[in-house]
Amino acid sequence: MTRAATRTALRKAAILAALLAAWEAWTRLGEVSPLLFPPASTVLAAFGRSLANGEVPGYAAQSLQVLLTGMALGSALALVLTTLAVSTRLGAEFLETLTSMFNPLPAIALMPLSLLWFGLGVQSLIFVIVHSVLWPMSLNTYTGFVTVPPTLRRVGQNFGLSGWRLVQGILLPAAFPYILSGLKIGWAFAWRTIIAAEMVFGVAGSQGGLGWFIYQNRFEMNTDLVFAGLLTVILIGLLVENLIFRWIERRTVQRWGMSAGH
Amino acid sequence: MGELLGVRDVTIAYPTEHGTFTAVEGVSFAVAEGEKFVLLGPSGCGKSTLLKAVAGFMPIAAGAMELEGRRIARPGPDRVVVFQEFDQLLPWKTVLANVVYPLRVARGLPAPRARETAERFLAMVGLDRFAASYPHQLSGGMKQRVAIARSLALDPRMLLMDEPFASLDALTRRKMQEELLAIWEATRKTLLFVTHSIDEAVLLGDRILVLSPGPGRVRRILDNPAAGARGTEAALAVQREVQTVLGQ
Repeated sequence: MTRAATRTALRKAAILAALLAAWEAWTRLGEVSPLLFPPASTVLAAFGRSLANGEVPGYAAQSLQVLLTGMALGSALALVLTTLAVSTRLGAEFLETLTSMFNPLPAIALMPLSLLWFGLGVQSLIFVIVHSVLWPMSLNTYTGFVTVPPTLRRVGQNFGLSGWRLVQGILLPAAFPYILSGLKIGWAFAWRTIIAAEMVFGVAGSQGGLGWFIYQNRFEMNTDLVFAGLLTVILIGLLVENLIFRWIERRTVQRWGMSAGH
Repeated sequence: MGELLGVRDVTIAYPTEHGTFTAVEGVSFAVAEGEKFVLLGPSGCGKSTLLKAVAGFMPIAAGAMELEGRRIARPGPDRVVVFQEFDQLLPWKTVLANVVYPLRVARGLPAPRARETAERFLAMVGLDRFAASYPHQLSGGMKQRVAIARSLALDPRMLLMDEPFASLDALTRRKMQEELLAIWEATRKTLLFVTHSIDEAVLLGDRILVLSPGPGRVRRILDNPAAGARGTEAALAVQREVQTVLGQ
């Protein structure tokens, strides 16, 4: 880390510590009801307890499993759509129409329909996750494909590659920076969507992951556990974005000296 | 020396926003086995378009284009192109992997043999020490050398070079031209070379086809006894002759 980066990190840690201290002081001195806003120390203790007894990790694993299934399905579908879009004009127009229609639609808005079609179960969740991942992934992958330098495409053809072998050997890796940023956006959408969607399960009284954990604990007035659940959502989000995606970027796009145009 | 590439009465036209554009019209020439053949002309004369058609990237509207008597229909590893653009290397592969990859997919060589061949050709262009580097870590001249090594490793019937040194600085360009001559001496690979530089054409081409623009037509095909030497009396004479032909 450079000195400037270290100083920034230190300053951010100080801001975080100050916020926690203010939170603690306000709830204790102001005698705020712990049922509405428990002190930071209580929340951290509850977080530690639910980590130790495996409750929060279990629910988080459940959420992540559904999310990853949805993301895998959504990405595969995006690949099919974009392959069609780069090979035929009709495919391109099809993709453009669908993405402009569905991209502005929040995935969670489809939850009622999803429940109607798939019932109270994992399939309903996967359906909305697929929807939240598919469109940003398709848009990015498509942009990646069409911005592959024509020279690279010709190099591949020169090696005798065509069809799927050209896609897999040249276009996919050449479009990888865009695909990766599509995955990042897809992850961000999907993570927010799954937490929200699981709350609908809370409403319906069925079982779900972290979202359900939060909802259920609110129902039982375990406000400290509600906060612990929120903390987990934040931590996992940060972990995936700053550790996992950063790690992938360092090993791929950065090492190759490739970067997407955004 | 038999005829390797036959181009007979070829016309190339493609659609643009302003209607059909005829890039090349009624062009005929033949390239013999082991020959260095240069297409020379000002920009817009269709020389690159001709090379792209030989490579199989572009269909011809009329005429015939044959490699060893077989019609050229699509791109293939028997005619490997070295492009002008530096981005012709696969950025996600190391220098070595860039040379190995086509040997595996186009020639179907087993991994150890592909690797051994790639290393040999990288050594030939003096880049064996950079085998583990990624393309973005190389200079422009080094990238072009990797591209040349990659093309030669495929052992094509013909090497097609589309102004490969045009984006390099003057000193590097001179050095690359000399290296190319040395490589040609060692491999005797048939070469079709496109350039707009008279110097380069006279240095490299055993024969020089001078194209006139709009649409590209053959102005003359010159024999060049001065190929391979820079600044000799003979070279200067050919340069003057080319200039006269271009000025007509």
